[in-house]
Amino acid sequence: MSNATEILANSDRFKFADVTTKTQLSVERFLHQQAEFLDEKRWDQWLSLFTADGHYWMPAEEEQTEGEGVPNIFWENLDMMKMRIRRNEHPQAHSQAPNNRLCHVVSNVIIENQDNNGNIIVRSRFHCAEYFRYEVRNFTGKYRHYLEKTSNGYRIKLQRTDLVNREGPYEYVLQWWL
Amino acid sequence: MNWTNDKISALVEPDRAHRKAYVDEDLFDLEMERIFERLWVYIGHESQVKNPGDYYLARVGRQPMMMTRDHNGEIHVLYNRCPHRGAQLCTARKGNAGRRIRCSYHAWFFDLDGRLDQIPASEGYDGTNLKMDDPEFQVQKAPRVDNYRGFWFASLAEDGPSLESHLGNSKVAFDQLIDRAPGGETEVVGECFQMVQQSNWKIFLENQLDASHPGATHESTGIAAMTIEKDMRSAGEEPPIAYGFLSDFARIGIDGWGKFGTVAHPQGHCSLEGYMGIRPDDPDTNEYVRLMYDAYGEKKAEEILGVNLHHVLVYPCLSVQPPLQQLRTIRPLGPDRTLTEIWHFRLKGAPEAIYKRALGYYYLVNSPSTMVNADDLFNWWKVQHGLESQGGDWVSFHRNAGFDVVEGEVRKSTPGSMSELPLRHMMQAWKNYMMSNGGGS
Ligand code: FES
Ligand SMILES: [Fe+2]
Repeated sequence: MSNATEILANSDRFKFADVTTKTQLSVERFLHQQAEFLDEKRWDQWLSLFTADGHYWMPAEEEQTEGEGVPNIFWENLDMMKMRIRRNEHPQAHSQAPNNRLCHVVSNVIIENQDNNGNIIVRSRFHCAEYFRYEVRNFTGKYRHYLEKTSNGYRIKLQRTDLVNREGPYEYVLQWWL
Repeated sequence: MNWTNDKISALVEPDRAHRKAYVDEDLFDLEMERIFERLWVYIGHESQVKNPGDYYLARVGRQPMMMTRDHNGEIHVLYNRCPHRGAQLCTARKGNAGRRIRCSYHAWFFDLDGRLDQIPASEGYDGTNLKMDDPEFQVQKAPRVDNYRGFWFASLAEDGPSLESHLGNSKVAFDQLIDRAPGGETEVVGECFQMVQQSNWKIFLENQLDASHPGATHESTGIAAMTIEKDMRSAGEEPPIAYGFLSDFARIGIDGWGKFGTVAHPQGHCSLEGYMGIRPDDPDTNEYVRLMYDAYGEKKAEEILGVNLHHVLVYPCLSVQPPLQQLRTIRPLGPDRTLTEIWHFRLKGAPEAIYKRALGYYYLVNSPSTMVNADDLFNWWKVQHGLESQGGDWVSFHRNAGFDVVEGEVRKSTPGSMSELPLRHMMQAWKNYMMSNGGGS
């Protein structure tokens, strides 16, 4: 896994890769689909987007280049993601009752790199409104995805989410991924 | 409302407290004046200001303060206020001010110990009442500043008990945070998490050693963690030890937490005795114990590791869990708003795996995505709302009341109980401190 964080850390995050319109469209479609699964709580489909060793990562600091062994806001492999889904869906998860609603807009999709195997590094921006306990909260930030090209389409080896207000203070707990 | 000593005293009975103590604005101001701006309040660890010129902001009661390190390596706690026209001097949460602190408004310069060093076009002050060395024109210092083994505190009262005597028995929290390091030193890791609780600061402290809540409040998280552990094992994988911190909530059950005794200490401090497989028989722990033996010798190492302690509340502002290297400090913002800083530490010389175990706890329990405190925070918010209502005047602390075991200067919970002793004890301390003449300091 440190492999994926390393690949992301070593990629030029201001680069534009020269890709076909078809590649651009399929990557965009992938990101939109992922956001939809999250907004609609389609958990089996959400989990299926990650590789077996995939991670969802929200670093605590912008300069961070590694998720393992350092404090993070999120650093979750498939086991942790499954645990979160089970917990949040449990009837006794009282702080999730009523359950929240998320609404994502993902945009500014820039493919930064495509390697010889068709694996992609893509950066984008998101805005997400969360409706929770009769109030709306707003989250904004940037994504960077490291996508593996498989025979079933793209799969996420690493998703990095940087919130604009990552250092807090947090007036809430982020119970679902953003 | 005019809160006389009699009226304050009537808010706290041996087994219950009045809801006003948690919601009243005037009482909150009095708490700031008589507790947070009088007792020793935690500022930060020395490793937060490693280098000369470093500063780190803190809050003592209602006062914006900053911890600085000057160019002789000395640490100071100053009011974050320019003596010229009052501007805040440092605005970033932390940073390095360089050789001197420069006020952004009219460029007065101050040394890191607060001394006024230079005023531009200073001839404008010739013949006026402003003198460079007048105490009024220096950045004001906290009246009393002291540290216990690198943990810095300030008191805004000119006099009162020393830091060591205020800390009393709770010093063991810091001793354990340091002595459990084979290298004999501890340091903060990264930046703290800052979380705002939508509830009164006392509700947080009361929750920390409340044995009857984990099995109820955290049931869903316990069950989810236990399921994942089972799934992993049946796939032939060993789940991380940190998952056990969560599955314990389901394993131990609602009524199983009574095996961990609580202790009430003088000055309002409380502690919880050990749990959580602090010393499992696994290769990483054994390696760590070996390093401790090498560093201290077997006898002393066993003495350090044998301290039966999981959690210490240092009244009024700290919750420390030495075996997990966590420290939470609270900064009350209002009767229903409390800022928490959540820190964790690295034990110098300990194997990486021991650090990662503590990091696992930090992530699962204390990060902004926690599945544990999410439910605590929600409970506290609900309690705050309930106490703001007129649906009842009292908060009950009756569990095992009247059955505490007195041992010299401390009182212990009834063996095997989930006693509300710490809650009763802290409210009694609160009552003493809230009297106009102070409960000691
Ligand atoms: S207010 Fe600071 S220099 Fe004037
Ligand atoms: Fe809890």
